[in-house]
Amino acid sequence: MSLSAKDKETVKAFWAKVSGRAGDIGSDAVARMLTVYPQTKTYFSHWKDLSPGSAPVRKHGGIVVASITDAVNKIDDLAGSLLTLSELHAFTLRVDPANFKILAQNILVVLATMFPVDFTPEVHMALDKFLGALARALSEKYR
Amino acid sequence: MVVWTDFERTTIQDIFSKIDYAVVGQAAFSRCLIVYPWTQRYFGQFGNLYNAAAIASNPKVAAHGKVIMEALEKAVKDMDNIKATYAELSALHSEKLQVDPDNFMLLGDCLTIVVASQLGKNFTAEVHAAFQKFLAVVVSSLRRQYY
Repeated sequence: MSLSAKDKETVKAFWAKVSGRAGDIGSDAVARMLTVYPQTKTYFSHWKDLSPGSAPVRKHGGIVVASITDAVNKIDDLAGSLLTLSELHAFTLRVDPANFKILAQNILVVLATMFPVDFTPEVHMALDKFLGALARALSEKYR
Repeated sequence: MVVWTDFERTTIQDIFSKIDYAVVGQAAFSRCLIVYPWTQRYFGQFGNLYNAAAIASNPKVAAHGKVIMEALEKAVKDMDNIKATYAELSALHSEKLQVDPDNFMLLGDCLTIVVASQLGKNFTAEVHAAFQKFLAVVVSSLRRQYY
C-alpha cells in the first residue's frame, strides 16, 4: 500500500490547508489518544498531568505534529528522514508499534472534527496511507 | 457484563437521537468501502463500486448504510443486553456472510469519523471515549458466534 503520486499530492495539499492549526491538532490528538485508549497512558507515567489541555499534553502534541509536518515535506523518503526518530522509538522509548495506528486514528478523528468538509473519503484514505507509511518508517529500527 | 456510567449511557443515546440514520449510514458505509477497498469483497451484488464517485452515489450502498444504523439502534435501545441483541446477527455474519471480523472495527472507525465531523468540537475526547467503548462492545458481540 505504498503512496502513489496522487496520494502524495493529496496529503501535501490537505496538510498545507490545515497546518495553521497544527498545534491544536497535535494537542487534541494526543489528549484523545490518552482518553479513548487509556492503555497508551502507560508510556507517559513521568508526566505530572495527563489530562486534555495540560501543559505536557500540549507540548507533546506540538512535537508530534511538527514531526508529521516534517515528514510531509520529506514524503519521498520517509525511511531516511525518520531514521533518528525510529532509533529513538526503537531503543529508548520502546513504544509498541501497534500504538502508532491508535495515534493515527485519533489524528484522523481530530481532522474530521476540525475540517469536516475538506476531510473527504479521498483525503481520509490518502492520509490513512501516509500515516501508515510513517508508522512503518518509524518501526524500521525495531528489529 | 458491561458496566456503563451515566455519562456513557446518555452520551450514546444523545448521539443516536441527533444523527440522521440515512445520512450518517450512507456516509460511514461508503467511506469504509472507499478508504478500505478490500471491504468491497462482501458486496459483489451492489453494482458499481468502481471508484469513490460511484460508491458515493450508489443507491444500494446508501440503503445498506441505513440498515446498519438501524441495527446499531437496537443496541442503543438496550445497552445492557447487547450480547443477546446481536446473537443472531453474529451467527449471520459468521456462517452465512463469512465476514472477517477484523472488518467490523474498520466500519466502526469510519462511523466514528463521520459522527466526529457532524458533531465537531462537541465530539470531545470524553464523548469519543464513550462512543469507542460502545463500538467495542458491539464489535465484541458480533464476534461472539464465530468459530
